[in-house]
Amino acid sequence: MNEQEMEEMKNLLKEALPPMRDAQPSGDLWPATRERLAAPPRAMPWWDWLLMAGASATILFVPGVIPALLYHL
Amino acid sequence: MELLERFAAGDVEAFEALFRQHQCEVYGWILRIVRDRATAEDLTIETFWRMYRAHARFDAARGNCTAWLRRIATNAALDHLRRTRREVPLPEDPPDAPKVPAAERSELQRTILSAMNSLSPRLRVAVVLALVEEESYDRIAEALGISVSAVKVRVFRGVRILRKELSRAGVRP
Repeated sequence: MNEQEMEEMKNLLKEALPPMRDAQPSGDLWPATRERLAAPPRAMPWWDWLLMAGASATILFVPGVIPALLYHL
Repeated sequence: MELLERFAAGDVEAFEALFRQHQCEVYGWILRIVRDRATAEDLTIETFWRMYRAHARFDAARGNCTAWLRRIATNAALDHLRRTRREVPLPEDPPDAPKVPAAERSELQRTILSAMNSLSPRLRVAVVLALVEEESYDRIAEALGISVSAVKVRVFRGVRILRKELSRAGVRP
């Protein structure tokens, strides 16, 4: 792939996704942040534990999936 | 005591001052990655929450707060993309958008967005930041915590996949 092809791709992407510059949040986010700081830490749902256990078991018993996992992350 | 040192010691007032200094920049950076205003606001809050939780690990003497925050923000945005892996919403047309018939444009946009969606989040972030937002490779590398050459590899791989997907959909880049 040469420079020109890269430039063409850049122009095509910019047509679909105009650059987002100088954007501002809709309001002050400090109150929501302060509220979040005061909230108790969220407990991890049981299905996340289940998913983590499944993923760990897969990695342990089928180490060949590690490159595929890393690629998709 | 300097602001960063007070923050590292867990002072909430210092944290608020840092929040006010950096909130717009962090929001803008996340918006460039996730391209959705409401999500960018949520992730800005998430970024500062993570920042505060990690205050004890921040080295005020040699730390670059802006770079550190950008790194946390990028990780929060990547986590979001990994969790959702949904279609990127169609962006609003900027005032200087090229005059292409609306139907044709939205068809092309859909095809490109669908191709973008086929990329893994880490490739997508590198491609969007480098090619759409034209951020420097140095800045992207710092935000992703990888080398400049690794960023170039990700952009190259991302573009190769995009070209393949677009050719399949009949769009010739």
